[in-house]
Amino acid sequence: MVTARLPARRRDRTATIILYAILTLGLLVVVGPFLWMALSSVKPEAEIRAVPPTWWPHTWTLGHYSDLFSRLDFPRYFTNSLIVAALVTAGNLLFCSLLGYALAKLDFPGRTTLFRTVLAMLMVPGMVLFVPQFVLISNLGLANTYAGLVLPFLAGPFGVFLMRQFLLAIPDDLLEAARVDGAGEWRIFWRIVLPLARPALATLGILTFLTSWNNFLWPLVVATTADKYTLPVALALFSIGQNRTDYGLLLAGAVIVVLPVLIVFLMLQRHFMRGIATTGLK
Amino acid sequence: MATIAVRTPAKPATPTAARPRRRKWTGWAFAAPFVALFLIFSALPVLASLIMSVTDLRSTDLRHPLAVNLVGLDNYTRLFSDELFLRSALNTLAFVVIGVPLTTVIALAAANALNSGLIRFRALFRIGFYLPVVTSIVAIAVVWRFLLDPEAGLVDNLLALIGVDGPNWLADTTTAMPSLIVMTAWRNFGTMMVIFLAALQSIPADLYEAATLDGAGRWQQFRGITLPQLRPTLLFGAVYTGIGYLQVFEEPFVMTQGGPLSSTLTVSYHIYNQFGFGNYGYASAASYVLFVAIVALSVLQFRLLRERD
Repeated sequence: MVTARLPARRRDRTATIILYAILTLGLLVVVGPFLWMALSSVKPEAEIRAVPPTWWPHTWTLGHYSDLFSRLDFPRYFTNSLIVAALVTAGNLLFCSLLGYALAKLDFPGRTTLFRTVLAMLMVPGMVLFVPQFVLISNLGLANTYAGLVLPFLAGPFGVFLMRQFLLAIPDDLLEAARVDGAGEWRIFWRIVLPLARPALATLGILTFLTSWNNFLWPLVVATTADKYTLPVALALFSIGQNRTDYGLLLAGAVIVVLPVLIVFLMLQRHFMRGIATTGLK
Repeated sequence: MATIAVRTPAKPATPTAARPRRRKWTGWAFAAPFVALFLIFSALPVLASLIMSVTDLRSTDLRHPLAVNLVGLDNYTRLFSDELFLRSALNTLAFVVIGVPLTTVIALAAANALNSGLIRFRALFRIGFYLPVVTSIVAIAVVWRFLLDPEAGLVDNLLALIGVDGPNWLADTTTAMPSLIVMTAWRNFGTMMVIFLAALQSIPADLYEAATLDGAGRWQQFRGITLPQLRPTLLFGAVYTGIGYLQVFEEPFVMTQGGPLSSTLTVSYHIYNQFGFGNYGYASAASYVLFVAIVALSVLQFRLLRERD
C-alpha cells in the first residue's frame, strides 16, 4: 500500500503543477487583452503600430485621452450613460421590488398568471421589440430624448424574478405580526420588506446598472444625434467611422467605457456571483 | 401584549373577512406601476411587432402607422427568398452550432479545474475568468479588432515569434467568422463557468469517495459521476448561451460590419440593416422568425429535461 501510494502522490503534485500552469495561461489569455488595451492606450500612435510591438510603453502619453475630451465629446457621452443607467436602475429597484413583493407575499387574483407572464417575458429578446418600440417612442415624440432612452427599460422581468425569489424567504409571521399591530401594507413594504431586501436590492442594482451601462442596440437606435449618444454608441460609431484606424483614440475610449465597470465589479463581485446563483438555477 | 389579547376577541369575524378583500386589491396596487410599463413598452410592442410583420410599414409611414396596407405573409415569403437573410440565418446557425459547444467545453474545463481539490487563488481565477462578461461588448470588440490587426495586432505578432505568418483575420472570408466565434466564447464562458461551479459544489462528495474506493480514475469519475450529475445544468447553460448567440449583433457590427462579403452578417444585423433602410414591416417579420427560433430552443430544453426526470 505504502509503496503504491507514494508515486500516486507525486503524480498528484505534477498534476497540480500542470493545472496551475494551464489556469495561469488561461488567466493571461482572458485578462491579457484588457492589460494590452490599457498599456496601448498610453502609447503614442506610432508606437501602437510598431512591429514588433513594444510590451511596456517606451513613451507615455495621455494624448489619446485628451483627444477624447477635446476632439470628441466624451464627457457628454459619459454623463449620458450615467444618467440613463441611474434612472433605469432606480426604476427597476422600485417597480421590481413592488411587484416582486406582491408576487411573493400577497394573495391576489391573477397572481399566478402574472408571474408566468413575467417569466415568459424573460424569453422575449430585445431584437423582437426594438422596431415596434421605436415606432411607439417616435410617435410619443420621445425619439432622441432621455425619456426615450430610459422608458422601455424602466421595469424589467429579470428584477421581478430576482426580488420575488429573495422575498419568498421572508417569514409570513413577521408580516402578519405587523398587520396585527395595525401597520398598513405600504408601511410594511417600506419599513419591513425593503430593509430586509437590502442584499437583493444591491445585487439587482449593480446588475441593472451594468446592463444599462453596456446596453447598445436601443441607444444606437433611439439616440439620433451625438448629444444623446451613450458611451458604447459613441465608441462603436467612431470605431466604424472616420476614426476607424485611430487605435490610440479607440483604445482610450474603450478604457473609459470599461474602467468604471471594472472598478464596480472588483469591489462588489460577490453580488454578481449571488445574482447568477439565485436567478440562474433556482 | 395586553392590547392584542383584548382586541382579538373584541373584534368578531368581520375584520378577517374584510381584510382579504382589501388585500386582494393591495396586490394589484403593488403590481400596477410595473404592469402599466409592461403593457405599454413590452406587451404592446410584441403584439405590434406581429401585426407590423404582415404589413408594408415603412419609416415614411411612421406618422400614420395605422394607414398601412396588409400584405399577409408576403414579408415572410420574401424573407425566405432573400439571399441575404438566408445567408445571415446560416451564419447565425454556424455561430450557435460551433459557438455553444466551444463555450460550454471551455466553461466546463475551467469550472472543473477550479473545483478540483484545494486550489489556492480560486477567487482570483474566478474573478479573472468572469471579467469579460461584465464589460461592454463594444469596448471588447474594439480591443479585439486591434488584437487581430494584421500589422499592429498582438495575435499576428505573437504568431510571428514562432514563425507563423498570421492571416488578416477579419478581412478574410474563411477566418472572419471563426475569429468572431472564438472571441465570443472567450467573452462569455465566465457566466457558464460560475453556474457550473455552483452545480459542481452541490454534487455529493461521497459519490466520488465511493468511486475512488472502487478504483475509478479521474477521467472515469468525470464521465461516470460529474457529467451525469451536471446534465440539467449543462443543458440550461447551453440553451441560455444559445439564446444569446442567436441574437449576436455587436461583435460583427464593430469588428467586420457583416463583411467580408456578408460572411459575418447575422440575423440580428440583417434586422438592424432592414430597420435602417426603413423597412419596418420586413424587419418585424425577420425578428419574429428569430423569436420563434429562440422559443423553439427553450421548449427543446424543457422537453429534454423532462425526458430524463
